[in-house]
Amino acid sequence: MTSGRAFLDLLRRDLLLAMRRRSELANPMLFFVMVIVLFPLGVGAEPKLLEQMSSGVVWVAALLAALLTLDSIFRSDFEDGTLEQILIGAHPVPMLVLAKVIAHWLVTGLPLLLVAPVLATFLGMNPEAIGVLMLSLLLGTPVLSLIGSIGVALTVGLRRGGVILSLLVLPLYVPVLIFGAAAVDAAASGMPVTGQMYILAAFLVLAVTLAPLAAAAALRISLS
Amino acid sequence: MTGIPDSVSVQSVSLEADRLSCIRDDRVLFEDLSFAVSSGEAVVLEGRNGTGKTSLLRILCGLRRPDEGEVRWHGAPIEKNYVDYYTHMAFVGHMDGIKRELSALENLRISRSLCGAGDMSIEQALETLHLDGYEDIPTYYLSAGQRRRVALARLLATNARLWILDEPFTSLDREGIALVENLMDRHVGAGGAMIMTSHHEVHLSTPDVRILNLSPGEAA
Repeated sequence: MTSGRAFLDLLRRDLLLAMRRRSELANPMLFFVMVIVLFPLGVGAEPKLLEQMSSGVVWVAALLAALLTLDSIFRSDFEDGTLEQILIGAHPVPMLVLAKVIAHWLVTGLPLLLVAPVLATFLGMNPEAIGVLMLSLLLGTPVLSLIGSIGVALTVGLRRGGVILSLLVLPLYVPVLIFGAAAVDAAASGMPVTGQMYILAAFLVLAVTLAPLAAAAALRISLS
Repeated sequence: MTGIPDSVSVQSVSLEADRLSCIRDDRVLFEDLSFAVSSGEAVVLEGRNGTGKTSLLRILCGLRRPDEGEVRWHGAPIEKNYVDYYTHMAFVGHMDGIKRELSALENLRISRSLCGAGDMSIEQALETLHLDGYEDIPTYYLSAGQRRRVALARLLATNARLWILDEPFTSLDREGIALVENLMDRHVGAGGAMIMTSHHEVHLSTPDVRILNLSPGEAA
């Protein structure tokens, strides 16, 4: 019995749980679609304007959809006591936290990636920019889940942690938003995007390395 | 799941609490509390509500830091020795720690993966607690007492030598309580150890039962 085995078992358990709660699976995706549809209704269906705004709109909507689902990373495990059992298991907690965040991203982040090209097309984004949008979301949304896991770990013990969670996490999302949207804008005007992509990739590496450590420490505080 | 070698399953128990104190909301729940638990011993914590029984158990599990003092497993602080400690300790708290969407089998499988598998198979553990026939249905459909039994089956299905139990008899029927007391006797008799709290009278036939009273100035 190795720690790697425990990592995979916990990942599988969380995916299995998501499948058992199938009715909730579509919610973040529907929310994402809804927010994006609100923009043309609000600012008018002027094609030029929508195209200009498209990168920002998709990214902000992805950010809000990620925020909306964050609580589910640890909330149910906290409430039924399985989180305690994870903390008193024989394996490094940061590693198990990473397994939970990956499962969460596969269930809530990946679906956004799949509908994003359709929505971007609605907004009149050109095909090259859509490719870059997908890549930037692929690199960026896991960072959102990872950073969010620290915030959730800190607030999971509070009865109404929702607003505090947003206030805590949204400022930390800003760099990802800036570089994600900037990459898409650059691609739309035919400029190279390697710089922004490298920075997003660097964020991802940094978050994968440090966020599980911080979240594990925060969980210890929340559970004591 | 790979088997755990025999030498591990007969691991002795040696837990020391050294001058623990716990302060909650500026109120001292207990201080300078020292005791030791080793193989073949059972400790029953007593005390009125709010005297810190649950806090003490959570400190012993490492879920809560003591405000002073430390908990040692085989001579080393539990934070340093956590792999060995958590492989041989199991905690059943107020919450069952099982997922309602998952079946008893799936729940115990993940517990074994987190804490290490014991000698008893999951099926045997569930059968011992009279849950045969309920292995495959989501625990959502079980009664509170049955869910409690699934949580207690974790003690048997993992490699735990030290059981830390917070009100283990909650929601159990009379037959269930007798069954669990019997399991406790067997566990302690086989060289295991146990620390528990209970509002019910505990009937153990083990010779080594110690009562630790947390309410000072009150007859045990």
